[in-house]
Amino acid sequence: MSMNEEKKEFRPLIVAFCCNWCSYAGADLAGSSRLSYPADVKIIRVPCSGRVNPMFILRAFERGADGVIICGCHPGDCHYSTGNYYARRRMALLFSMLEYMGIENGRTRVEWCSAAEGAKFSKTMNEFCEKVKSLGENVRLGDLRCKN
Amino acid sequence: MQKIGVFVCHCGTNIAATVDVKKVVELVRYEPGVVFADDYMYMCSEAGQEKIIEAIKEYGLTGLVICSCSPRMHEKTFRACAEKAGLNPYMVEVANIREQCSWIHKDKEEATKKAVILARAAIAKVNLNTPLQEGESPVTKRALVIGGGIAGIQTALDIADAGYEVDIVEKEPSIGGRMSQFDKTFPTLDCASCILTPKMVEVNQHPNITLYTYSEVEKVSGYVGNFDVDIRKKARSVDFGKCTGCGECQTKGPLGKIGNIPSEFDRGLKNRPAIYMPFAQAVPAVPVIDRENCTYFKTGKCGVCAKICPSKAVDYEQQDEIVTVKYGAIVVATGFDIINLDKYGEYAYNECPDVITSIELERLMNAAGPTGGHLERMSDHKAPKEIVFIQCVGSRCDDDKGKPYCSKVCCMYTAKHAMLIKDHWPDTNITVFYIDVRTPGKNFDEFYRRAVEQYHVNYIKGQVGKVKPQPDGSIIVQAADLLDGKQINKKCDMVVLAAAIEPNPGVRKIATMLTASIDNNNFLTEAHAKLRPVESPTAGIFLSGMAQGPKDIPETVSQAGAAAVKVVGLLAKDKLKTNPCTAQCDTLLCNGCSTCANVCPYGAITYEDVQVNDHGLRETRRVAQVNVALCQGCGACTSACPSGAMDLQGFSNRQITTEVDAICR
Repeated sequence: MSMNEEKKEFRPLIVAFCCNWCSYAGADLAGSSRLSYPADVKIIRVPCSGRVNPMFILRAFERGADGVIICGCHPGDCHYSTGNYYARRRMALLFSMLEYMGIENGRTRVEWCSAAEGAKFSKTMNEFCEKVKSLGENVRLGDLRCKN
Repeated sequence: MQKIGVFVCHCGTNIAATVDVKKVVELVRYEPGVVFADDYMYMCSEAGQEKIIEAIKEYGLTGLVICSCSPRMHEKTFRACAEKAGLNPYMVEVANIREQCSWIHKDKEEATKKAVILARAAIAKVNLNTPLQEGESPVTKRALVIGGGIAGIQTALDIADAGYEVDIVEKEPSIGGRMSQFDKTFPTLDCASCILTPKMVEVNQHPNITLYTYSEVEKVSGYVGNFDVDIRKKARSVDFGKCTGCGECQTKGPLGKIGNIPSEFDRGLKNRPAIYMPFAQAVPAVPVIDRENCTYFKTGKCGVCAKICPSKAVDYEQQDEIVTVKYGAIVVATGFDIINLDKYGEYAYNECPDVITSIELERLMNAAGPTGGHLERMSDHKAPKEIVFIQCVGSRCDDDKGKPYCSKVCCMYTAKHAMLIKDHWPDTNITVFYIDVRTPGKNFDEFYRRAVEQYHVNYIKGQVGKVKPQPDGSIIVQAADLLDGKQINKKCDMVVLAAAIEPNPGVRKIATMLTASIDNNNFLTEAHAKLRPVESPTAGIFLSGMAQGPKDIPETVSQAGAAAVKVVGLLAKDKLKTNPCTAQCDTLLCNGCSTCANVCPYGAITYEDVQVNDHGLRETRRVAQVNVALCQGCGACTSACPSGAMDLQGFSNRQITTEVDAICR
């Protein structure tokens, strides 16, 4: 066995912004149904996907996150009527800018997940983790000052 | 600097089995701001809360982090606990280490590590929390019930009897819903209309109930306690005040009693005229003109109904009317329908008139139905001698064609149908093809056993592959007997399909208007599957009947009563506490660009000219002002604001950023 193979498996750091009304509840349902997904995912509760300021995502990448996912209510189902539409447009713009800056599209994702979709939440997180894992460590936007 | 207390819950073994609770306590003890950290078996218990209160007093804590289950579960409990000890309830943060950690991870080391990170994020957030004060909002003491079936009727009656005003909005010309189409009800076999029509009349006569039939909810705005609802009263073309409900217009019209339009109420088994009441006991007993099919509206010629109406009630000029009413609470009781069977070609439903659905059978057996209660084949009007019932048509499907759930009532109504047919026509042979017979419920299994043991209904555990109509008018049902593995070719005269139940197709639109959440099958989601089964997660929205999930009449009536109690509990309050997590504008940063006002879904942002003192520079500026009574705290304005002036209390930019930092540390 070579040295490389013995090296510890890469575990990505993933930040998930979850809307309080749907995906956060979906994550709770995934939990109470014991539908596992990697511990690499850490959830931050926000009142609405529309609350997710692009600044938060940039900050996460700057601080070493390998992937960021935003989960909101399905289009038309936003608790506040329109928040997810704004999130969708804003993130489309942000993600294309991030790609230009070297953060691959696979590291960012917007997903709709309702409070009843525990299984979907778990599946999404598993898939996203796999994707980010395959892309490896995110080094492009990391602020070197924060690393050491 | 805050003085933070961290409390880590074992939740029995729910958390402690996969998270090393003691280790979490040790690792967070030295986080900035933390002055006290402890663990306990059940933090939410009386003793656990006592521990928190003592610590607040002893260490003068200014902030709390509880590492436990989801904040959706116990955030309220811990906030109330903090308040008891004199701490502002919004100085509490919950780290979700159960649903989002211990329950989904198996590796203890990994789960413990994650729990520490989640705790750190919560600690970092609490360091930036500020005490928030709840506001108050008034409650409009009037409720709206959407849907006038048995669920809506019972909910409205219960609310009205408690002394509050209720409006029912029903899109059909009459209330009564599905139950009014049924013949008998299980497991008592009492007649559906005999128990329903007195309730319909009571609704009509109740001083606290207003009926809007042939009406639809058009627009909903506002929030719990203060909803504004636009109701479209579709033009009935018949004057409510003048019509006496004599029915002359329906019998003496151009086509007489027969009509040429398939009756919705009789599921197309009978025709109706363009001016019609859906059924004889309709409430209100005022007909409507179906303008799409009326000759007068199509060609401008006819007008017979207006001529023969003895009270001159027909009014072709009537227009749709929109009324706006204020409500404190809204109940969704939109009910169900059966699925469309177009995708199920194997059952030959669209091909053969003698393959019918159970609800059509209800109409055929009803004395007020298209055949006067005589069971006959629709093709040749002969009495069927050999009837096959097929269960689970579209229910319990694992493909995309059908529904994954059990429709719950089919096993029971099929046993009912079989017994009723055997009672009236004892020489009829009945075969039921089933996957499982499910009869949980009071007196349900006894009922089903009666069908098998006393009425000798032939139950075969088997899946039907194909229904083949024959040239001689008979039907062959091909099935596999699952118990002895034999192929069966059953010849019969009539096939009855127990089609899956689905929520009324209109519910999606209503749920969107109400911002009430809905599941993959379009059933409305309850706030908590076990503990809050009649409430939507959206405050002020309640659920009644089949709109929430498949259920029978007794269950629907109990749920309707439960929803009514919840509504009454809300309307009984004079003031509601409002969410203090509202947006705030930093007038020094705001440049009055209006971006935030454009994205605010509640119109909570206005602009005012205010005097500001910007580092000694005094000037008048146009800045955003948030009306906290209207703001619901979504934060749309905060991420739209180009200058960073808008921020959300409780979820501020700094708080979320610091959580990101803590997670990415």
